[in-house]
Amino acid sequence: MAGMSGRSRWLIAAAVVMIGAFGWLLYGGLDKNVVFFLTPKELLAKGTSGYEVPVRLGGQVKPKSVQWDSTSSDLRFVLTDGAGDVTVHAKGMPPQMFRDGMGVIVEGRYGRDNVFQSNSLMVKHSNEYHPPKPGESPQEAYKTLIKVSGA
Amino acid sequence: MTAPAPAPNDLPRPGYWPWFGAFAFLFIVATQATGLVTSIPDRDMGDLQKIMYVHVPAAWIMSLTFAVVLWYSFLYLWKQRENDDLKAAAAAEVGSAFCGLTLILGMIWGRPAWGVWWAWDARLTSTLVLFLIFVGYLAMRAFVEDPHRRAQWSAAVGIMGAINVPIVYMSVRWWRTLHQVQSSPATVDSWYVFNLRANAFAFLFVMIYFIRQRYVAARYERAAELAVQAVALGRD
Repeated sequence: MAGMSGRSRWLIAAAVVMIGAFGWLLYGGLDKNVVFFLTPKELLAKGTSGYEVPVRLGGQVKPKSVQWDSTSSDLRFVLTDGAGDVTVHAKGMPPQMFRDGMGVIVEGRYGRDNVFQSNSLMVKHSNEYHPPKPGESPQEAYKTLIKVSGA
Repeated sequence: MTAPAPAPNDLPRPGYWPWFGAFAFLFIVATQATGLVTSIPDRDMGDLQKIMYVHVPAAWIMSLTFAVVLWYSFLYLWKQRENDDLKAAAAAEVGSAFCGLTLILGMIWGRPAWGVWWAWDARLTSTLVLFLIFVGYLAMRAFVEDPHRRAQWSAAVGIMGAINVPIVYMSVRWWRTLHQVQSSPATVDSWYVFNLRANAFAFLFVMIYFIRQRYVAARYERAAELAVQAVALGRD
């Protein structure tokens, strides 16, 4: 087979440059600035500029802070990163794994009443997978939450 | 660019490969069944955890498959052997299928676990980009007629696509994502780890068999093309 012609060399070089530029656009600009969510500490540090702008907020559900009203589907809880606490208000049934201590990301706006109005709630799963401890059955935490808070 | 049509003797023969294929499929059925039946439901997500026996091995083996694409793409650029291009393309097909499987199973897991089918975080986005690059690779091969040029372009795209693999892997560490960081045997129950590894081997065997089959098919297609060309050109 013949070696590469000048033209195909040029085409390969062009393809490499194009794909390289594409990759740089995608990843180069990301760096630390593009994060999927802010932590409560980072949101609170923004002060008044943090109010009423669409943002994602991520942290852990502060234990014993969950209030669930099953008749109005109102969910209130405190989201914490250890350094800052933000009260979150959400509508609708939380995902299956929502519970105390779980990582959660909410999408919405931080209101001037210092309550974060969430229109979307995601549970961030950790990288841990374990069977239930003896005596526990899987997903019991979830059922307990709904039963206790909803009763 | 008319290489002489290879004699039928030069084409790959089945040999023991059908046996290997049968073994690979029996093995994956066995490991999937073991995972589904024997592992105790996870304490947080119950039986949903078992999706990891497809999602995670598919993702691991996908990365390995794209490494095969990288290897044969370099080899083609270096040696200019058509068979290396066909091997790279066979691996790209299999890798794309595994990448699609990773994405779809991840979405099916994400809907109940996260509460959303999709999020534009760095892990999910970079995996989608990887998938699209290799779908583009396969589409491009269908459109470029000249085998030599097709092979050169494929090698360039294949190498660039494979460079994306470590970015996908590191994305959960470099950027803050919805997707969890990599688990390790320290964070996963040992029986789950065993099942994950068994399924990873099963996917590996299936991957090897698939690449081999697609490569053989490509060789026969090329031989048929060359035979047709030879007839059209009036050569015997």
